[in-house]
Amino acid sequence: MNYKTLQELVSLAQSEEKEFWEIVVKEEAISQNTQSELVFEQMRKMYQAMKRSVDQYDPNLKSPSGMSGGDGERMRRYRMNNEPIAGDFLSKIMETAIMVAESNACMKKIVAAPTAGSCGVLPAVLLVFEAEKGFREDRIIEALFVAAGIGQIIALNASISGAVGGCQAEIGSASAMSAGSVAYLEGGDMEDILHAATLALKNLLGLACDPVAGLVEVPCIKRNVSGAINAVVSAQMALAGIRSVIPPDEVIGAMAAIGREMPVCLKETGTGGLAATKTAKIIAGSLA
Amino acid sequence: MNVFDIIGPIMVGPSSSHTAGAVKIGKAAAKLMGERIIRAQLLLSGSFYATGKGHGTPKALVAGLLGMDPDDDRIPESLVIAEKEGIKIQFGQADLQEMHSNSVLMILEGAHGRILEVIGESIGGSRINIARIDGLEANFSGDYPTLVVHNSDRPGHIAKVTGMLSVQGINIAAMRLYRQGRGQNAVMILECDQEIPKDSIEQLEKMEGIEKVTYYTLEDADEL
Repeated sequence: MNYKTLQELVSLAQSEEKEFWEIVVKEEAISQNTQSELVFEQMRKMYQAMKRSVDQYDPNLKSPSGMSGGDGERMRRYRMNNEPIAGDFLSKIMETAIMVAESNACMKKIVAAPTAGSCGVLPAVLLVFEAEKGFREDRIIEALFVAAGIGQIIALNASISGAVGGCQAEIGSASAMSAGSVAYLEGGDMEDILHAATLALKNLLGLACDPVAGLVEVPCIKRNVSGAINAVVSAQMALAGIRSVIPPDEVIGAMAAIGREMPVCLKETGTGGLAATKTAKIIAGSLA
Repeated sequence: MNVFDIIGPIMVGPSSSHTAGAVKIGKAAAKLMGERIIRAQLLLSGSFYATGKGHGTPKALVAGLLGMDPDDDRIPESLVIAEKEGIKIQFGQADLQEMHSNSVLMILEGAHGRILEVIGESIGGSRINIARIDGLEANFSGDYPTLVVHNSDRPGHIAKVTGMLSVQGINIAAMRLYRQGRGQNAVMILECDQEIPKDSIEQLEKMEGIEKVTYYTLEDADEL
């Protein structure tokens, strides 16, 4: 891959007079020694798997620990039977995020994006944008490459692993990737894409990874909801012309630094924060 | 990092390390076995033992032993499938202190009597490391066709193996050697760019000084 920072990716796109997503596709085709069209179709398979993960949601499933299941259906029923305070559009994103994340906890098939723990964020945003705003599937696939490019750069310069960088590296990265893709879908330019991602990431800097009993359930599932909504609102700020005072690549550097300085008990060890509460210890004890 | 390491893989949840990685470890062990498994003892260590139940790690390991991939919908039912196929599975705990926190010791018995001991580690994302085979160092990722040769530590054995690969036109990507001590049991691990033909492996097995040959193929077996 011929770019190491967001700025380099944008410069490449500008010098080649291509879109952000086209550079990501092209570089991937080169590294796989294949054609851009095949890379594009590979991503379509990922998107279709995301769709299936929502279609196959089963409200009756419970996770092996018994902590999770059924909340996606609760959200859906609330939206259908009430005037939801978050509005219909955001409510649909909320319930999709929780459905995918719950399916993951219940051993159903999902697409890690970038991780299994954060698998609900991108599909929640993209599926609802496709269904509610009538985007063509091809354009959604393009938006997925925007997300992938942002994710690559975060992975390279910081981390996408909770064990290395805390939850900011998982839900934070997923939210930043999704925000960039929303800015692209809504017709933003490359500056908007970068700042949408950056604002989303900044909002989640410092987030700890402190899962109860070490399982990808509490607080992970509900954080997929806040990650998805944060993506939409961050994209809207960027589209309105709001800019992050700290430039995008510096924010990614800050995320890496926070990850390094974060204590080990808050990095997916299930020993600090929420995992160290009285209730979490009782739950963990009952599962042993 | 590859685009599809960021968006992907498609996998059965909940954890890339404790579920998807565990499936890959099980599948690698099944391939190394090379014959139908009739009995398996799975001894989980560290975080695999502590949080494995909630992550479906035991089911994932067995799914792998049955030849499934991390995106197989049948992973949650693997224990039932194994029982139907008459495979005896036993779970327990091991204390593999020198290994990664996510590790498992698998003791497998095959239909033709082969016994194989594999220690697998899930080292992050869904990447794995096959750390030991039959108590000796191995350390390979399963990303390449891999030849594991146990031999006595005497001159000429490496030349025999690499000579065979040379005749077959097979390129070696990485090679590692370990031994218990001078003149004792030794092992060579060869990660290759091409698959090794079955008859070449059979020839190797018959060579003087070669004690055991284990082959890890990237191809899916028709029947395990």
